[in-house]
Amino acid sequence: MKALRIDRNVGKFGAARIVSAVSPGGAAKLGPLEHRTINDPAPPSGGGWQQVHTRLAGICGSDLALLDGHASAYFENWVSFPFVPGHEVVGELESGERVILEPVLGHAARGLTLPFEGASPADGDDHTHLATTSVNGIEPGIQTGFCCSTGGGWAPWFWAHESQLHRINGTASEFPDERAVLVEPFAGGIHAALMAAPVANRADDPVVAVIGAGTMGLAAIAGLRRYVPNVRIVAGARYEHQRRLAAAFGADCVAEGSDLDRAVRREVGCHLIGDPDEPILSSGAHVTVDAVGSAASIADAIRITRPGGRIVLLGMPANVTIDLTGLWHREIEMRGAYTYGTEKLADGTTTSTFKLAIDTVTALEAEMLVSATYSLDDHVDAIAHAASAGRRGATKTCFEMRGS
Amino acid sequence: MPRPGFVLDVDRSTPPTLFWRGEGFSLERLPADRSRIIYPPEPLKGLDHLDHHIRNALLNPIDMEPLPALLKPGMRLTIAFDDVSLSLPKMRRPDNRQRIVEAVLDMAAEAGVDDVHIIAALGLHRRMHEYEMRHVLGDRVVDAFMPRGQLYNHDAEDHENLTVVGETDHGEVLEINKRAAESDLIVYANVNQVAMDGGWKSLVTGLASYRCLSHHHNPESLRNTKSLMDRHHSALHHSIWRMGKVLRDSGPAVFQVETTINTEAFPSPFEFLAKREWEWTAKDRALFLGTSKALNKMPNTTKRKLFHNIEAPYRTTSVQAGYTESVHEITLQNVHEQHLVEVEGQTDILTMGIPFISPYNPESIMNPILVMCMGLGYLFNMYRGKPLVRAGGVVIMTHPTYEDFHPVHHPSYIDFFDEVLADTTDPAEMSTKWEKKYAEDDWYRHLYRTSYAYHGVHPFYAWYWGAHGQQHAGRVIIVGGHAPAVRRLGFTPASTMSDALEIASDVVGRNPTISHLHVPGVLVADVK
Repeated sequence: MKALRIDRNVGKFGAARIVSAVSPGGAAKLGPLEHRTINDPAPPSGGGWQQVHTRLAGICGSDLALLDGHASAYFENWVSFPFVPGHEVVGELESGERVILEPVLGHAARGLTLPFEGASPADGDDHTHLATTSVNGIEPGIQTGFCCSTGGGWAPWFWAHESQLHRINGTASEFPDERAVLVEPFAGGIHAALMAAPVANRADDPVVAVIGAGTMGLAAIAGLRRYVPNVRIVAGARYEHQRRLAAAFGADCVAEGSDLDRAVRREVGCHLIGDPDEPILSSGAHVTVDAVGSAASIADAIRITRPGGRIVLLGMPANVTIDLTGLWHREIEMRGAYTYGTEKLADGTTTSTFKLAIDTVTALEAEMLVSATYSLDDHVDAIAHAASAGRRGATKTCFEMRGS
Repeated sequence: MPRPGFVLDVDRSTPPTLFWRGEGFSLERLPADRSRIIYPPEPLKGLDHLDHHIRNALLNPIDMEPLPALLKPGMRLTIAFDDVSLSLPKMRRPDNRQRIVEAVLDMAAEAGVDDVHIIAALGLHRRMHEYEMRHVLGDRVVDAFMPRGQLYNHDAEDHENLTVVGETDHGEVLEINKRAAESDLIVYANVNQVAMDGGWKSLVTGLASYRCLSHHHNPESLRNTKSLMDRHHSALHHSIWRMGKVLRDSGPAVFQVETTINTEAFPSPFEFLAKREWEWTAKDRALFLGTSKALNKMPNTTKRKLFHNIEAPYRTTSVQAGYTESVHEITLQNVHEQHLVEVEGQTDILTMGIPFISPYNPESIMNPILVMCMGLGYLFNMYRGKPLVRAGGVVIMTHPTYEDFHPVHHPSYIDFFDEVLADTTDPAEMSTKWEKKYAEDDWYRHLYRTSYAYHGVHPFYAWYWGAHGQQHAGRVIIVGGHAPAVRRLGFTPASTMSDALEIASDVVGRNPTISHLHVPGVLVADVK
């Protein structure tokens, strides 16, 4: 079949890094991604594997970082080349059922014992299985879309394990593909939002700041509003349409990105200290969710989070240089928020993040966030569009494979 | 003999008219046969030997004993003076306040008075820098009093040093600077540039607390202030005068010294600004073109520096001293003599160019809120009788309205623009919903007291200043303004004057009558 594939090619990764510095998404032309005919991936051994025909596959920030050559070398041993990217996927089984992919290639998919009964694919505190070839022959890979054995969503079809699939109830008009493709990023955002709860619940008038209002930032805002409802949400967004969506998804106060520090200050009533262009808050948000993950956004998060507060790092940061003096001085806790899994809610019940995400995208009718779809043939334009989504008034860009 | 003010009916031969556009100007052609331009009177002749006139006023005051008779050894004397909001642009040295203060100090020294404090009556404005004190009061006064802590800025948030003098029959609490209130005598040194200033306003706003100011600096008062330049029809001034009565009856003796200045605001390179366009010489036209082109190429920071460095060659037209109310009546006569222009009736549209400066941005940035304040607060209120524009008419201003704020001077303005104006532009609603939060914000309070920031509530006051104009006008259009900022103010942006007139036609029809308030200089239209 013909698919988009990434090969290990140091030269192309280097070229991508250079090109992307001057042209967002331009690395799709010169980088490691190729639209080419590939050998169909062999069916993995062991039971429970299904052939999933892609209907829509999203382009995520981590995909863009990878294509631009900005992904951290940390993942060197957690992926297996060559691989077909695409982990935000809604697809269709041979049976005609539509499914949403939970992409982590967890214990069940690799023929291993679950870390606990009912565990989700990303649960567990030992990642050995993700970095080694499994007994059923699945090569290293944190998720579908980073593993050479399974294929990925940026192809007409790929292999997925039963443990990774969430069947969609309802017809395409009742639960559109455009909504379904957002479940995975929303699960990530909700997972980050829930990390705010322990700190927020200890405060009288908790304030959570969210940096960035792309898909992940919006998902975090929606997650906070639904599952940590006692917090005041202050969101910083660069573009007008993002600010509109942030307010619609539940932010109490929305500021331009550069004005977020002042907006948080107003909310908590503290002082701004130092350089008026980059002041430090004397107090700040109880929790800051950084949905961008750049050096600047992490530095901002440190400036606007109150002493003793928590930063939840939702955006993938890669290799950044940051002055951590503020983190040290303010005794701020920084937590990563990689994916999703099994969540413990305030009432003591547990559920999967994907279940919460499905409820959330349904309540919000989040399909409005899908701004543009492209065929795989037009992947250069698609990547360029996704890389400049904010500037172009877009949120989520997807590959369209329905009817192909 | 200076020529009086003048109303020019625009016809086809009328040359384009000068409009301020912030730190620049433009020439605009107004529609013939239905537009009129109101030119201010030419600057009055100034007094020669000003120090002599000041001394004479102190020795021959109105309705009070001569100043030397009021000065006794062992007494507490407080001298208060107008802050940097006056004059605009700043007066060339020596400033009138220096002349007055030095004369008073000489008499105090002769009388053996050594407990003297000098206080900048800045109300909720930003504190004055030492270099500004030196400009206003001179080095001799600053060097003698500042190191000993006897020359300082009023602090409206220093509650230990505020005191309640009394309450008006309307329940308004007069709370002012404790040192002043507990003095045996207050001498007030004033520079009067417009009719709004002076009188009891000098002391009961300049040395007041927020609590005291909030009795009259509010939407209700400002909507019923018609106009700011006519104290007899101003709810703001009525409240202030009631407080003045409390001060007179329950406070220390007040010896008011008021000076009026003419309208010579710009030195030689900018002389053309004050001329009537049809009288421009070739040199004036060349200066206008050269200046405009140069300004267009400069960054805003450079332009601001250039304009704020201007020192105006004002001449003083009168000095009077003594009992505040009596003094102020004579001051008003002198101010009106310089400013009043008789105008027949109202028009559908009022146009005005907004300059680079307002009372709240000396050495600072004319941010969007101050554009509103200057347009609908000050220039709209330059009338007596009736506004120049009819109720429901259109006000057209010219200004770049950049979304630019001075982070040190106007921190609460930034938040006001981002938070309050995003919610409402209605003065009454913002007063109820937002004012307290800003007035009591600890950070703004800290910056007002220790840095050079306007008080947290000040952007509200700047906005309320325009409340009457806002209520009166059917639409406000800003020509050449940054569109998002203009919209945030609740106004309509237009690219050109023609576009603005086209937009205005939705409100006032196809052939509206137009008044243009020619700025500079300063005028008050006496609308019959």
